[in-house]
Amino acid sequence: MSTGTLYDKVWDLHRVAELPGGSTQMFIGLHLIHEVTSPQAFAALKDMQLSVRCPERTIATVDHIVPTLSQKRPFLDPLAEEMLSTLESNCTKHQINFYGLNSGQQGIVHVIAPELGLTQPGMTVACGDSHTSTHGAFGAIAFGIGTSQVRDVLASQSLAMNKLKVRRIWVDGILNKGVYAKDLILYLIKSMGVKGGVGYAYEFAGPAINALNMEERMTICNMSIEGGARCGYVNPDSITYNYLKGRPYAPKGQAWDRAIEWWGKLSTDSMATFDDEIKFNASKISPTVTWGITPGQGIGIDEVIPILESIPVCERSIAEEAYTYMNLKPGQPIAGVPIDVCFIGSCTNGRLSDLRDAAMIAKNQKVAKGVKAFVVPGSEQVSKAAKNEGLDELFLSAGFEWREPGCSMCLAMNPDRLTGRQISASSSNRNFKGRQGSATGRTLLMSPAMVAAAAITGEVTDVRNLLDVSE
Amino acid sequence: MLVNKKYIYESMNSSFTFPKGQIANIKGRCMSLKGDDIDTDRIIPARYLKCVSFESLGSQVFADDRYQGNGSHPFDLDKNQGSTILIVNRNFGCGSSREHAPQALMRWGIRSIIGESFAEIFFGNCLALGIPCAIGSSELIKEIQDLIEFDNSEEFIFDLKKEQLFNAKTNWDIKFQSGVQEMFLTGQWDATSTLIKNSSKLNDLMAHLPYLQNFNPVKLN
Ligand code: SF4
Repeated sequence: MSTGTLYDKVWDLHRVAELPGGSTQMFIGLHLIHEVTSPQAFAALKDMQLSVRCPERTIATVDHIVPTLSQKRPFLDPLAEEMLSTLESNCTKHQINFYGLNSGQQGIVHVIAPELGLTQPGMTVACGDSHTSTHGAFGAIAFGIGTSQVRDVLASQSLAMNKLKVRRIWVDGILNKGVYAKDLILYLIKSMGVKGGVGYAYEFAGPAINALNMEERMTICNMSIEGGARCGYVNPDSITYNYLKGRPYAPKGQAWDRAIEWWGKLSTDSMATFDDEIKFNASKISPTVTWGITPGQGIGIDEVIPILESIPVCERSIAEEAYTYMNLKPGQPIAGVPIDVCFIGSCTNGRLSDLRDAAMIAKNQKVAKGVKAFVVPGSEQVSKAAKNEGLDELFLSAGFEWREPGCSMCLAMNPDRLTGRQISASSSNRNFKGRQGSATGRTLLMSPAMVAAAAITGEVTDVRNLLDVSE
Repeated sequence: MLVNKKYIYESMNSSFTFPKGQIANIKGRCMSLKGDDIDTDRIIPARYLKCVSFESLGSQVFADDRYQGNGSHPFDLDKNQGSTILIVNRNFGCGSSREHAPQALMRWGIRSIIGESFAEIFFGNCLALGIPCAIGSSELIKEIQDLIEFDNSEEFIFDLKKEQLFNAKTNWDIKFQSGVQEMFLTGQWDATSTLIKNSSKLNDLMAHLPYLQNFNPVKLN
C-alpha cells in the first residue's frame, strides 16, 4: 500500500465515511458537467425528488455535440439542439454556472476548467467523461465517472469509491527537439500497455516531467486513461502556481499565499512509498505514431509496423485485427503512409501551445493537395489568444480551415467526421474503430506538430525534418 | 432506422415505479429469454444511446432482435407482457458498460433476472438500479425455462432472503453472489440514498477543507 503520496493525502482529506461493503465515501471538490452524460442524471434526480447538493461546486459547459462551422442556434441536428437546451434548462433550474456558446469561456470541459483556475492542487475532480484525468496535471485527483455516478455527485457531492494503488512513473532525461508531450505519453502507453494501469493512479515524476509546462502536463495526464489508469497526476510546483495565479477562480491576495503553502504540503513526501515504480528515459523517445486500433499500438516515426512474431502472444489477435482494419502491412514503414484528413484539436492537444507548435510547421507552407486539414481550438479563450498571435491567419494562408471551439472530430457526436475509409492524422486521444465517425474510418494518433507535418506533406512525416528546414 | 412500430410496446407496467429501498422479494410472472452471450448491443442497439433521458428505452429494448423476430421475440409475445422476472442463460449482458441496457430492461418492466451467469459490469449496473441478478445451475435454469415457456400464467415469488423462486406448487433454489444479498435486503444497493444519509459528516468535512475555507489554516492530518 502506498503511503505519503499526494494521492494518499488527498484521499484522506476527502474521506467522508466508510461505507458498508468496504468502499469509502469521498467528497468531490469540483464537479464538471456537459451535455452528454448529465441529462439522464438530472432526470434521475427528478425521479428521486432530490436537488443538487452543491450547485456552487458544479460547473457546466457544452462541447461534444457543438458544430464547429456555424454555431448558430438552433443547431441543424435537432438531437444536438435538444441536448444543449436540456443542459441549459437544467443549469438554470439548479442554479449551476454554465459557460455556454459565446460566453467567452465555452470550450472542451477539460480545457476550460484549468483556464478558469477551477482546477487546483489537492482537489478531487469528477466529470462524466473519462478524460477527466487531464486535471491531474495540477496535482488534483481527477477521474471520469458514469452517468449513475454523475447522479450521485449531483445529489450528494460525493461518491462511493475504492482506493487505487499508486504507481510512480519516473521519467529521466529531457525530450529532444521535435519530440513533444504527446510523444512521451504515447510512448508510455505503448510500453506499459492499454491495460497496464488498471487499478492504479499514475504519479508522473522525474526531471523530464518537471520540465514540462502545464499544457504539456495536461496532455500527459489526459491520456492516463488510455493506459488503463483512472487518474494520473503531477505534483504541484512553481510552474503550477505561475499558471494558476490571477485566473478567475484562483485564490487572491493573502489567500493565495496560504494556498501555496498548503499546496506545497500536499506533494508526495521524499519518504513516500509506492505500490509500483517504473523508470523511463525521455531522451530515447522519437516522435511516436499509432498504427493500429488502440492507443497502445504506437511506434517511433523511424520504425516499421511490427510483425506478428515481434508482438507478445496476448496482443496478437488485436494486432491482426488492426492490420486488416487499418489496411497496413506488418514490416511497412509508418513514415510515408498517405493521409486524407488532418485534425488539430481535442482536450489532449487543443490548447494554445499545441496550436503554436503546429503553426511553427505550417508557417509559409501549403497543405498538400487532396488533404483536408483543420484546426479546432479547445476553447473560446484558446481561440481568442491564438487570433491575437495571428495563428488563425497563419493556418488559413497555409490552407488549413480554422473552426469554432468544440470536441469536433475527436469523436462522432457532431458534424465533423471521417467518411468511408478515410485515414486521419489526429492530435486526439483515441484511435478505436469508428471513433471518428465512419465505421471504416482510420485514425493515426500523433502530436499536433506531426499532424501539421502530415498536412504539409500529405503523408506521415518525421516532423524533425521540417523543423530543420524552417531554421 | 430499423424500428418496426407494430412490435414496439410502451411499458406494459402502468403503475411504473422504480426499485427503492430494501428489496426482500420480487413478485410476478416469469418470462424466458434463451441464449448464451446475449450482449448489451442486442439489449439496446448503439443508436439509441444519443438521448437526453432513459425514458423511452423501455420500448426500445432488443429493438433489432424484435424487428427481425416480427412479433415472435419473447419481449413481443402477448403472454410475456407484464412479466417481472427474466430467466436467461450464460454470460448475459456481456459487451459494453452502457447503463442503458439494464435501464431498458427495467423500463420495460423487468425487476429481477435469474440466469446461469452474468457479465460483471452488467451485473454491477443492475445492482446500481436495484435489479437483483441471481444464479442457478444450467439444469435448473432449463427446467424453469421449459416450464414457463409451456405456461407462464402463474405468479412466482423470488425471495431474496431464502434465495428461492417459488409458488404454491414449485420451489427452486437459486444463489446470490456473496455480499450482494445483504445490499438488497438492507437497501444499501442504492448508492445515492446511502451517500445522502451522511450529509452532516459531509458538512463537517467541507467546513475543514482548506480550499473551501479560503485557505485559512486547517491542520493537515
Ligand atoms: S475532446 Fe474528445 S476526449 Fe476530450 S472530452 Fe471531447 S470527445 Fe472527449
